[in-house]
Amino acid sequence: MMNNCRTLSVNAVSEAVAALCVEANLHLPKDVATALELARQRETGALASGILDQLAANAQIAAAQCLPLCQDTGLAVFFVELGRDLRLANGADGAGGADGDIYAAINEGVRRGYAEGFLRKSVCDPFSRANTGDNTPAVIHLRLVPGRSLRIVYMAKGGGSENMSRVTMLAPAEGWEGIKRFVLERVREAGGNPCPPIIVGLGIGGNFELAPLLAKEALLRCLDEPNPQPDLRDKEAELLELINDLGVGPMGLGGRTTCLGVLIKTAPCHIASLPLAVNIQCHSARHGEVLL
Amino acid sequence: MKKRLTAPFLSADDLSALRDLRTGDSVLLSGVIYTARDAAHQRLLGLLAKGEALPFDLRGAAIYYCGPTPAPPGRPVGSIGPTTSYRMDSFAPALYERGLAASIGKGPRGAAVKEALCQSGGVYFAATGGAAALLASCVKEAKLIAFPDLGPEAVYELKVEDFPLLVATDAQGGDLY
Repeated sequence: MMNNCRTLSVNAVSEAVAALCVEANLHLPKDVATALELARQRETGALASGILDQLAANAQIAAAQCLPLCQDTGLAVFFVELGRDLRLANGADGAGGADGDIYAAINEGVRRGYAEGFLRKSVCDPFSRANTGDNTPAVIHLRLVPGRSLRIVYMAKGGGSENMSRVTMLAPAEGWEGIKRFVLERVREAGGNPCPPIIVGLGIGGNFELAPLLAKEALLRCLDEPNPQPDLRDKEAELLELINDLGVGPMGLGGRTTCLGVLIKTAPCHIASLPLAVNIQCHSARHGEVLL
Repeated sequence: MKKRLTAPFLSADDLSALRDLRTGDSVLLSGVIYTARDAAHQRLLGLLAKGEALPFDLRGAAIYYCGPTPAPPGRPVGSIGPTTSYRMDSFAPALYERGLAASIGKGPRGAAVKEALCQSGGVYFAATGGAAALLASCVKEAKLIAFPDLGPEAVYELKVEDFPLLVATDAQGGDLY
């Protein structure tokens, strides 16, 4: 069995994570840039159009001058798929024993990336508010998968939009209508706070802790990629239309462009429950991935 | 049309220009402003409660709700966009009462802040959230002046040129949100 295993050094993991953090914070994903551009073409209000122009200029300046797109370079969130036939070694060349710690390797990458990339360290103790100084610990969701590779997906999740996110446990009878009502009310109440135009990630089903995880993972799908579940595509389109009808607009100052996309992920749930998590993402939807 | 203003607002002319601003006006702000966000505000209010001096003169001052990224080599500061303002709502009225002229952030303010603006003749400006690299190009100098242990939440004195802002809430009770 051991012969089928591949060995990867923890240092290679840390280096890849560091590069991922820097890259994602400087460059807006193409799908997001395109969605912003299309929204700009449709937007008619002078104030709203002016803000969308500023965001386009910002992305250009960030890339050209190697400056982070946003000063909030986020809490580092990772979705990691670790091949079960991959061993992590402490030594640079696989020496030093195959007992490398994936969590430590990722956190070391965050430490290096946030230092080398001049990214903001935004992590602190919840009570003393003392900054940890290196943006660790990251939030790491690890999944064991077949194979010998390691896939690391990173998102820089800002605090402003995360603060506007909510979890609720609806009654099953409330159904899709209840879900729409809750989401619309949330987006309306959030107003300009989460930096609209936003992207709305919905986790529907699962339980109290799974729903928000689904919502966060939903946010990683590209805006131009259809939902893999065909029955959810119409729901996403319907809700997107309804959210944009709210007129919240860019930065909450009115306009057609409140939301760039609604992304839904579902899981089966208890017969008594309809868990719903609304994870709001700002327009600076920074994420990226690496396969090792 | 964009109005050009300079901070701090000290002269009678400066203060009347501030009072004349109306919700929706575009402003290009130059001069000196101070960064302060959640943790710095707690400390500022703590100093006031103890009757101690603040690290900068509040009279006519503009506070920018912001925690910038570290300055890369050759730049005064890194990316520097606004943070969400409602979190500073519980601190802002006491500062406006003591001479603060303007705050800069993003998102709507609560009733107590609006009341404080009407009372003091101050203003609340909105900057574009997430336009942090663009805004960095308007910052010419940055100096750390207080609470270095707060890291990104420390207070910086910034020299800005043509910093693009919108009047979100004015001294007449007008509110853009």
